[in-house]
Amino acid sequence: MKVLVCIKRVPDTGARFELTPDGQEIDTRNLEFTISPHEECAVEEAIRLVEQHGGESVVLTLGPEAAAEQLREALAKGVDKGVLLETDGSEWDPVATAEAIAQAVQQLESEQGQGPFDLLLFGNESADAGYYQVGVRVADRLDRPCVAGIKALKVEDGKARAKREVPGGWEIYELPLPCVFTVKEGINVPRHPSLRGIMTAKKKEIRRLTPEKPTMQLVKRRLRKPPERGGECEILGEGVAAVPKAVEKLKEIGVI
Amino acid sequence: MILGVIEHDRGKLNEASLEMLTLARTLGSPLEAVLIGADAGPFRETLKEYGVTKVYEVQHDQLGEYAPRAWGTSVVQLVRAKSPQAVLAAGTDRGNEVMAHVGAALGLPVAANCTEVRPGEGVYEVTRLRWGGSLLEDAELHGEPKLLTVAPHALSPEPASAGEVAVEAFRPTLDEKDLRVRVSAREEREREGVPLTEAKVVVGGGRGVGSAEGFKILEELAHLLGGAVGGSRVATNNGWRPHSDQIGQTGVQIAPDLYIACGISGAIQHIVGVKGAKYILAINKDPEAPIFQRADFGIVGDLHEVVPALVEEIKKRKSS
Ligand SMILES: Cc1cc2nc3c(=O)[nH]c(=O)nc-3n(C[C@H](O)[C@H](O)[C@H](O)COP(=O)(O)OP(=O)(O)OC[C@H]3O[C@@H](n4cnc5c(N)ncnc54)[C@H](O)[C@@H]3O)c2cc1C
Ligand SMILES: Nc1ncnc2c1ncn2[C@@H]1O[C@H](COP(=O)(O)O)[C@@H](O)[C@H]1O
Repeated sequence: MKVLVCIKRVPDTGARFELTPDGQEIDTRNLEFTISPHEECAVEEAIRLVEQHGGESVVLTLGPEAAAEQLREALAKGVDKGVLLETDGSEWDPVATAEAIAQAVQQLESEQGQGPFDLLLFGNESADAGYYQVGVRVADRLDRPCVAGIKALKVEDGKARAKREVPGGWEIYELPLPCVFTVKEGINVPRHPSLRGIMTAKKKEIRRLTPEKPTMQLVKRRLRKPPERGGECEILGEGVAAVPKAVEKLKEIGVI
Repeated sequence: MILGVIEHDRGKLNEASLEMLTLARTLGSPLEAVLIGADAGPFRETLKEYGVTKVYEVQHDQLGEYAPRAWGTSVVQLVRAKSPQAVLAAGTDRGNEVMAHVGAALGLPVAANCTEVRPGEGVYEVTRLRWGGSLLEDAELHGEPKLLTVAPHALSPEPASAGEVAVEAFRPTLDEKDLRVRVSAREEREREGVPLTEAKVVVGGGRGVGSAEGFKILEELAHLLGGAVGGSRVATNNGWRPHSDQIGQTGVQIAPDLYIACGISGAIQHIVGVKGAKYILAINKDPEAPIFQRADFGIVGDLHEVVPALVEEIKKRKSS
């Protein structure tokens, strides 16, 4: 089984963050980078599928050279190969991103000459842009069946059975391979890379391709922080001594 | 013409569709709606109330169950036949999925999770959610028609002065590729207690809780207050709670009267999940924890001492 998983490098914003003065970006001078938890789960799912069925997993990202760091992390966890679609780091809209990914998939598939990837896995949405569409677009562009936002997946006899959580239960989908899924956190609990994994990742191959940047049709003007909730926090006290006062408050606001 | 894609499931209209129609009305007129795989009859009055003047009832014998790409293709064929200026859906799982198919077929971007839309000549200015709502983006949306989804809870649904609503049948041409992905079965889940998204009080636990057993006392507190228990990503990732209990950007968003955050630092990705809470009480042993900047009330202390004392005190007051 061959599985390709797509991830996106984003700042790990933590508790507090600031925007750059021009409002174009998050100020990343003091920040680390990461990927969406959904994508971490997609990576884990790819590794598990190959552990189970044999074959090969590939991780792909479109982003700046620095995004190789996120590919290495996936390689350290057990993905076999990396592909970097290198850009100048500027924002790509969902049409452009999906088109570049679809073209890269076609190129990789024609080179390896053993037919298509059985599965393409995406996150349900990227952490930063949250376009909620790149995976579905790649699927339609390559004419492959697709379900978004799944939280369970089983592959058997050339078929994929996936579950999507809805209020009060689950929807079940059965798709023929090759197919595409976008994954939500909760489908699995991702592993951490082992020390040995980190060492071997250094030797794994990262393929670099340079897609051409098209004209954007969804253009970011500026980022803004929404009004934050709350103003003053009233400290009721320290430890158990604060409890009677806390219970008074709960009464006051009508929950007891 | 502005076209709204109505979301429904087994006879029930999704509330988020009414928010979508409320925003759609402001973009131009007339406002028309597309209803896929259902009889317009039961929805007619509501749609009329929200200013819809015509409903396209998409009829096809294979559309009894939700089929994402077939829904998308139906909308695309209707767009080609009727040339709306904009097509909107709710920013829900289904809404975003269907619109992604529509966007793919038309080669146009979808502006997902918009909170405001200002239509202009050839270009729409939109404000949309990023980072699960912890940031807003002002953006320009190009292309014809404009494709967008409306962030749930960004505005309240408001009826318009009702006119008349016409129903027109529309028969799409769907092929095997459109129909191969469909809901093939369902599983119902047993409901225990109050669902997290509906609870008036939610007790949330994070790394500070330390273990699955540590959550027992949080359960007890929630039970006493008629509420539900949730957790941070640390709690779900460590297996202390099921993932469905995760609150935040990649979990659920809640709007209780009171959220009690126990041993949670207050990372922005967690806080976006509780933005709708009326009050937040934070219990954290670190007085510098960012959660105190977002809470209304705080107790600085060890939750393993504070929460049991809170439970005892509430029991005492309740019995007296
Ligand atoms: C893209 C993205 C999406 C994310 N989505 C989510 C999401 O949906 N939900 C989510 O929760 N997180 C999410 N995260 C993770 C988030 O950034 C934080 O890592 C996480 O919320 C931290 O959880 P925590 O507060 O439990 O743990 P920590 O940050 O480790 O905080 C633990 C707190 O407990 C306090 N504490 C420790 N012991 C005690 C004690 N005995 N008594 C009282 N207090 C104590 C400490 O002082 C500390 O403040 C996301 C991250 C990213 C990058
Ligand atoms: N620049 C990118 N490189 C690789 N994959 C991406 C990129 N942007 C988005 N994706 C994938 O598409 C999913 C959905 O992204 P989005 O449509 O931006 O919400 C993400 O979770 C990733 O799996």
